[in-house]
Amino acid sequence: MDSLIDVVLFAFLIVVALAVARGRDLFAGAMLFGMFSLLSAGLFLIMDAADVAFTEAAVGAGVSTVLLVAALSLIGTEERARRRSNFLPLAIVVVTGASLIWGTFDLPPFGDPANPPNHHVVPRYLEKSGEEIGIPNVVASVLASYRGFDTFGEVVVIFAAGVGVMLLLGGRKRHRQRKERGL
Amino acid sequence: MNLLGHYNYIVVVVLMMLGFYTVIARDNLVKKLIGLGIFQVSVFMLYISIGYVSGGSVPILTEGVTLYSNPLPHVLILTAIVVGVATLALGLALVVRIREAFGTVEEDEIRLKEDAEG
Amino acid sequence: MSHHLILRVVAKFLIPLILVYGLYVHFHGEVSPGGGFQAGVLVASAFILHALIFGLNKTRPIARPGVLKAIAAGGVLLYGGTGVAGMLFGGEFLHYGVLAADPVKGQHLGIILIELGVLFTVASVMLLIFYAFAGRQKPEAQ
Repeated sequence: MDSLIDVVLFAFLIVVALAVARGRDLFAGAMLFGMFSLLSAGLFLIMDAADVAFTEAAVGAGVSTVLLVAALSLIGTEERARRRSNFLPLAIVVVTGASLIWGTFDLPPFGDPANPPNHHVVPRYLEKSGEEIGIPNVVASVLASYRGFDTFGEVVVIFAAGVGVMLLLGGRKRHRQRKERGL
Repeated sequence: MNLLGHYNYIVVVVLMMLGFYTVIARDNLVKKLIGLGIFQVSVFMLYISIGYVSGGSVPILTEGVTLYSNPLPHVLILTAIVVGVATLALGLALVVRIREAFGTVEEDEIRLKEDAEG
Repeated sequence: MSHHLILRVVAKFLIPLILVYGLYVHFHGEVSPGGGFQAGVLVASAFILHALIFGLNKTRPIARPGVLKAIAAGGVLLYGGTGVAGMLFGGEFLHYGVLAADPVKGQHLGIILIELGVLFTVASVMLLIFYAFAGRQKPEAQ
């Protein structure tokens, strides 16, 4: 049953990504991107990543769509038809994709508990986090405690991105003054 | 190597390439950002696929469950998603400023205007 | 959109629910899926909904940009400060076990503090980014 949902969701995802790659309307592109995020959230849930699915549904389908639409209201939604030929990008994409698919053949089979990524530190997180941290959600204890330094970096990145956006878009007053002075 | 066991990885690569194609084949900067977003979400799917354990459970410790999916990719991707929206916002802010400076968000027109200004 | 009566009524009903749900996701994040990142986005989206329905000029006095900037920086400081506190108590940076007499209690305290820092920063940065985009006037076509 899970694999059936998996196949159907992936089919929808490919259709949506194709529509984004082919469509001309930017507003439709923003909406399709929101759909893509929501579908991928469903896929994450099928693959037992409840926290990730939650985040993707709230962030990808919610906030980023709002931001895209807000930005489009400033930019305009028309996209001019392309004049150059599509042959070169298509060739690059086909070659890159073929080599990446060739590379995936060396990846361990999907869903096997004996896969190398599931060993190393992960069994320790699963076995010891209950007594060491004392909370049942292993994702939360790895996020906040075992890998707290990573998360600190991510929070700083979000803060820095917020500062960057405010520097780029917040300086309306100064901009107008400069225009008045003829600069 | 069986094809069914690699189905997820192959579809993820196809999705990645669709996003990549949108980035390099389109001149519109907003479309490029959307393509980049699709590429990014595809990478997230690759990570989560690698951490999936069939028959496993959501990594929240429960009585009587012994097999859990790998929590480490979940942690990495969870934070990456939020950072992704922050960087998307930064990119959109740059595009808004470009629109105000050049009056267009098409890459080739921007290049023409830049050359004309010398 | 302020003239849409149904939207206004529904939004008035939904916004408190979204806020409460955001807080639930935050404080229940140790037992169920959730945590500071998701809760921050949910809290921000409640304010974004308010701004979309009632207009930005009504939302700005409720969540002032100046206060939000302070909260965003305060969240990062709270996170970093928790790490430094671990050092002052004789552990490493971000070692929560030394924050209380019992290491597990210390871990609890540390996780609650840093998740609060994440919540503050994510919620206020998302809202500030939305303000920045929505508050900018459309430039005249050149």
